[in-house]
Amino acid sequence: MALLEIENLEVYYGLIRAVKGVSFHVEKGEIVALIGANGAGKTTILHAINGLIPVHGGKIEYSGYNLIKTPAHKIVRLGLTQVPEGRRVFQELTVKDNLVLGAYSRKDKKEIKASLDYVYELFPRLLERSSQIAGTLSGGEQQMLAVARALMSQPDMLLLDEPSMGLSPLYVNVIFDTILKINKQGTTILLVEQNAKKALSIAQRAYVLETGNIVREGTGKELLNDESIKKAYLGE
Amino acid sequence: MIKVLTTLINGLSLGGVYALIALGYTMVYGIAKMLNFAHGDIIMVGSYTILIFFNMIGIPLVGLIASTLISVLVCVVFGIVIERTAYRPLRGASPLAVLITAIGVSYLLQSIAQIVFGTAPRTVILNFMGTITIGALKINVATIVTLAVAIAVMAALTLFVNKTRTGRAMLAVSEDRGAAQLAGVSVNTIIAVTFAIGSALAAIAGAFTVMKTYTVEPTMGAMPGIKAFTAAVIGGIGSIPGAMAGGILLGVIETACDAVPVLSPYKIAIEFALLIIVLLIKPTGILGKKKREKV
Repeated sequence: MALLEIENLEVYYGLIRAVKGVSFHVEKGEIVALIGANGAGKTTILHAINGLIPVHGGKIEYSGYNLIKTPAHKIVRLGLTQVPEGRRVFQELTVKDNLVLGAYSRKDKKEIKASLDYVYELFPRLLERSSQIAGTLSGGEQQMLAVARALMSQPDMLLLDEPSMGLSPLYVNVIFDTILKINKQGTTILLVEQNAKKALSIAQRAYVLETGNIVREGTGKELLNDESIKKAYLGE
Repeated sequence: MIKVLTTLINGLSLGGVYALIALGYTMVYGIAKMLNFAHGDIIMVGSYTILIFFNMIGIPLVGLIASTLISVLVCVVFGIVIERTAYRPLRGASPLAVLITAIGVSYLLQSIAQIVFGTAPRTVILNFMGTITIGALKINVATIVTLAVAIAVMAALTLFVNKTRTGRAMLAVSEDRGAAQLAGVSVNTIIAVTFAIGSALAAIAGAFTVMKTYTVEPTMGAMPGIKAFTAAVIGGIGSIPGAMAGGILLGVIETACDAVPVLSPYKIAIEFALLIIVLLIKPTGILGKKKREKV
């Protein structure tokens, strides 16, 4: 059975049907990409998975748990953590306080300290800035902080929403290298991206979302070489 | 000179009381994103609790301390129950619906007090503390106690918010509720904790009010409530240091007006004029932050 299984997911904003019966799955250990244009419903799907918005139909199952009935803060405890779109680090708190908050669902102080060392090793820049107020970090540094904060919950599966948005190519590479690294260490990844080329190049499998429907699926390589995908999403 | 010093100490003390109440408004606003207009009435609930238990115990100092502690407990329970039954079902409803509900809760508490205790003011004789004299300076002990306890409570609150796990979660929910949930913070729990803390502070403010006026009546929470709300807005609603600064500023100004016979009748007008001036110059309040625009 898949680690994350989504079946016929329906989400409405008022009367607007934003997600129209989407089904997909993510196997343990995979990197799966969800690509699509603005307004296709990518972020809505991620918000639905993490319980931030109400779902109007379908099924979301994560490692046997029905996520639709689980409150948002408890989903983190199941090992499923999201790096939200636009980073959303706590601007007024220090880098370290942001990271410690990421471990809010955990109790063991020693293990939290070990995770802190781990993310500082992953992003040495955050160690240099640990007592700095997060709002004063650059966009790239804030994205590192957002990823690091999510890792502090020790997730089995990480959802990333547009991690490359607004970043310089240098930082995009840092973030994607990190995604590959944590995936190698056993974390399953669901990656939502507008930067389709970059996403497809690291994903084992990918789904293409168009106005609330999945219109294509395949391996990352297949979709990278597909003519219609190239035209629509890769700008070639 | 002595008069200035006396006025300053009295003003700081009164300001400490306003600050304690203003903290309840500002924390609830920052974290639950609502204006809890029933907050002032929690002061009244606390004061009646003190009236009952102080008279029951009958030993002045022990009675005051014990009845204040009981009052804190009672107010915390009231705060949590009110949040759970009146406000939580409206989470996600329009802010206007929540505001009207809060006003309704305010009248409900006042009406219950009128039914249970009657509309006439009741007296608690809390004058056992007397005055102290330092040189030519003569100050009520109650005033000093109020100031000292208010400072200690505010220091403790600041430490709690900035240094503990729950405190950090409160700041996180206040800044970005969704991101806090994604970090595993239960917004409902944090809001309940916020109401509990706000109500405890209101109970302490109630004790100080009774120590000053010796009077308890069903509508006694309205005026300090609205003044503390003004203080919170002057300081920048949502900001904890802002509520402290706004409260103390308002207390000093009120006491200063009282000390000048010509200004005394206009003190309340002057306080609200100050609010208007601050809002004209800095709409977010003295220490309030501008909402970051999302790019």
